Amino acid sequence: MSKPKKFFTYAFLILATLISIFPFLWMITSSTNMSVDVTKGRLLPGSHLFDNVRNLFNSVDMWQALWNSAKISIVTTILSLLVASAAGYGFEIYRSRAKDIVFNILLASMMIPFAAIMVPLYQMFAKVSSVIPFFGIDTASAVILPTFTTAFLIFFFRQSSKMFPKDLLEAGRMDGLTEIGLFFKIYMPTMKSTYAAAAIITFLSSWNNYLWPLIVLQSPENMTVPLLISNLGSGYAPDYGMIMSAIVITTLPTALVFFVMQKHFVAGMTGSVK
Amino acid sequence: MVSQRRINITGWLFILVPVLAISLFYFYPMIQALILSFKSGRGMNLDFVGFDNYIRLFQDSNFITAVKNTFIYLIIQVPVMLVLAIFIAVLLNDDNLKFKGFFRTAIFLPTVTSLVAYSVVFKYMFGGDGIVNKMLMNFHLISEPIQWISDPFWAKVTIIIAITWRFTGYNMIFYLSSLQNIDKSVYEAARIDGANAFTQFFKITIPLLKPMILFTTITSTIGTLQLFDEVVNITKGGPGNSTMSISQYIYNLSFEYTPDFGYAATVSYSIVVMVIILTLIQNKIGGDKK
Repeated sequence: MSKPKKFFTYAFLILATLISIFPFLWMITSSTNMSVDVTKGRLLPGSHLFDNVRNLFNSVDMWQALWNSAKISIVTTILSLLVASAAGYGFEIYRSRAKDIVFNILLASMMIPFAAIMVPLYQMFAKVSSVIPFFGIDTASAVILPTFTTAFLIFFFRQSSKMFPKDLLEAGRMDGLTEIGLFFKIYMPTMKSTYAAAAIITFLSSWNNYLWPLIVLQSPENMTVPLLISNLGSGYAPDYGMIMSAIVITTLPTALVFFVMQKHFVAGMTGSVK
Repeated sequence: MVSQRRINITGWLFILVPVLAISLFYFYPMIQALILSFKSGRGMNLDFVGFDNYIRLFQDSNFITAVKNTFIYLIIQVPVMLVLAIFIAVLLNDDNLKFKGFFRTAIFLPTVTSLVAYSVVFKYMFGGDGIVNKMLMNFHLISEPIQWISDPFWAKVTIIIAITWRFTGYNMIFYLSSLQNIDKSVYEAARIDGANAFTQFFKITIPLLKPMILFTTITSTIGTLQLFDEVVNITKGGPGNSTMSISQYIYNLSFEYTPDFGYAATVSYSIVVMVIILTLIQNKIGGDKK
C-alpha cells in the first residue's frame, strides 16, 4: 500500500471502530454511575454499579424476566435445530422433484413480512386460549410455536449438507442402521459445527425477539427481557444508571456467546449464502 | 438393501414437521389476513365490508405518513449502509492490513445487541442533554443542542443513524465472505494491464459482488419495511407521527387504538405488495446477467 492510502485506510477503520464501540463503552460506564452523573455527561467509570444493580432487582422482577427469556430461547433453539436439521437433511439426501417444489414453497415464506401475519396469528392464539390454555395467549408456548421453524434455518442446513460425505450413509446402511438411525448416529455428529452456528443464530434471535412477545405476552410475570427493558426505558424520569445496568446484563450473554463462538458465528452467517 | 419406496417415505417424514409448521404459522395467516382485509369492526366482531378498507387506506393520512416515513428510511438508509459496508469490506480484505480480526470484530459487534437494548441506549445518547450533544458542543461543532428526538427532521435522522450503526457490520460480513472467494490473480492480471485501483474496483469488484449486493439489498429492504423495534423504543413514532413506520401503525391499529383487525390486515397487505414489487424491481436490475 502507498503511504497516503495506508494512512487513510487505518484512519477510516479506527473511526469506524470507535463509532461501533462507543455506545457499548458509554452503556458500560453509565451502568457504574449515578443517574445525575450520566446526564452530566460523565464518561469515566464510577462506583455505583452495585447500587444500580440492586435498584434494578428491587424495582422490577429481573430474575423472572431472565428466566422467561432463557426458557423460551433454549426451548426454541433445541426445537429449531432438531426440526430444521432433519428437514435440511431430508431435502438434500432424499431428493426428488416433488421435494424440490416443496422446498421452494417453504423458501417463499422468507418473503412474508411478520407485520403482515401478526394480526391473524394473534387471533389464532386467542382462539386456542379457550380450548388449550397451555398453547394460548400469554404463554411461553405461544411465543415459541410460530418462531421455532424458519425457512432460513432449513435452507442453512440444506446448504451445509451439500458438503456432507454421503458415502458414510451407505456404510451405515450396510451396518444395518435404520434411516432414522443414520440421521441421529451419523449425520448429527458429523455436522457439529453447523449445529453450533445454527444454535447461536437461533438463540440470539429468540433472546432478542420483541414484537411477537410484545403482542402475545400480557401479564408482567410472563415478560421477557426485551419487554422489560422497553418498559424501563419508557418511564417519565428514567434512572439512567439502573437502565444501563439492565441493558448490560441482557447484552452480556449474547456478547459472550458471540466472543466465544465467533468463528462459528461468522462462518454460519456467511456459509449459508454461498 | 432397504427398499427404495421405504427410503422415499422416510425422506418425506424428515420434512413433515416444518411443512406443517410453516403452512400453519406463515401461509395460513397470510390467507387469513387477506380475508380479514375485507372485514371491519371492533375487536373480534367483524363484518364483511368489501373494498371499504382499501378505499379507506388511500384516504388515511396516518397511513400515508407511515408509508412516506418508511420510504425515506429505505431510500436514504439502505444505500448509505450498503455502500459503507462494501467500502469497509474492501478495506478489510487487504492482505497487508494489520489488526484485521480486531477491526472486523469491532465493526460486527453491534449485530449481537438486541434491537430494543440498543434503541434505548440510542434514545438516551441522542437526548436533548444526551452525550452526543455534549460531545458535539465540546468539539464546537454545534453551538446549541440539536433536538434529536423531539424535532421531526432530526428524529428521522436519529433513526437512520441508529439502524446504520446496528446493521452495517452485519452486511459487511456478507461482502467480506464474497470478496474472500474472489481469486487474487484476477486483480494481478488487471494490474499488469495497467488498471488502477478505481478501475479494478468498478470493473472487477463490483460486478463480482453483484449477487451479494442483490441479496443484501433485498434483505435490507424487507427489514426496513418491517421496521418496528427502533421507532417504538427511540421516538415512539413521534414527534407527532413523523417517525412512525408501517409496522408500528399496524401494531397501533390492532393493539393500541380501538382494535380494528380488519383494517390492520389491509394495511399489512400493503407491506406484502411493497415487498413483492420492490423485490421484482431489484431482481430485474440486479439479476439481469444470470
